[in-house]
Amino acid sequence: MDATDAVFRALADSSRRELLDRLHADNGQSLGQLCERLAMSRQAVSKHLGILEEANLVATVKRGREKLHYLNPVPIHEIGERWIGKFERSRLQALSDMKKALETGEG
Amino acid sequence: MSKPSFLYVTFIRSSADKVWSALTSPELTVKTWFGTHQETDWKAGSPWRLVLPDGRVADAGEIVEIDRPRRLVLKWRNEFKPELKAEGWSRCTIEIEPVTDNAVKLTVTHQLDGEGTKFIAAVSGGWPRILSNVKSLLETGEPVFTEK
Repeated sequence: MDATDAVFRALADSSRRELLDRLHADNGQSLGQLCERLAMSRQAVSKHLGILEEANLVATVKRGREKLHYLNPVPIHEIGERWIGKFERSRLQALSDMKKALETGEG
Repeated sequence: MSKPSFLYVTFIRSSADKVWSALTSPELTVKTWFGTHQETDWKAGSPWRLVLPDGRVADAGEIVEIDRPRRLVLKWRNEFKPELKAEGWSRCTIEIEPVTDNAVKLTVTHQLDGEGTKFIAAVSGGWPRILSNVKSLLETGEPVFTEK
C-alpha cells in the first residue's frame, strides 16, 4: 500500500482519530495510559495503534519496559504541502499579478 | 531518564550520508532549516551554535554525542528569546537508520531537562517543517518551506 493511502486509511476511522487527539493533548503515553481513558478494549486500542504506527502517524520509543506512543505529524504535513502549498502558490501569483497590473496600469 | 517531549519520524528515499548533510552542511541547511547554518567543529564536547541569516545566534549549546551519519545528540538552549532561554537546557537527538537499500528513517526527539513548555512549543513548530524540507529536498530537489 502507498504511504499516502496508509495515512488516509488510518485517518478514516473515528476511534483512531480519537487516539491521535489523546496523544495531541498528552504526548508520549503507554498503551495502558491510553486505555484508561477510552471506552475501547485494550485489544482494540492496540490494533488501532498498530495501524496508526504503520501509517507513521504514531511513532514509539521504548522506555524501560514501557513503549511510549507519540503523535507524529510529519505525514500530515507532507499531505498538506502537496496540495495546500500549491493553492498558496497560485494565490500569491494571482496577488502578485494583480499588484503588477494595478501599479503599472497594464493588465 | 525523562521522556521525550516529542518524537518526529519521517522515511526518506535517500542515503544516511545525504540526510546527514541536509541537516548539517551550511549549503543545505540554508534550504532545509529556514536559512540558518550551524557553527561547530562537529566533535563531541565542542560548542554548537545555530546562526540566523542576519547573523544573530538563535540557539547555542554543545555536541554531546556524534556518530556520523547515524546519530547526533545536542545540548541546546535558545539564546535570543529570554522566556525560552529561561527554561534552560534541552536535549535534541537526531537518528538516521537505513531501513532498505534506498531509504532511511529519520527520527528527531527533543526534551527539556527542566520544567517548561514554551521552548518545546517553539521547536515543535519547526521540526515537522524541517523534516518535510529534508525529505522534499532529497527526493525532489526542492525544499517546501523556506520562511520561518
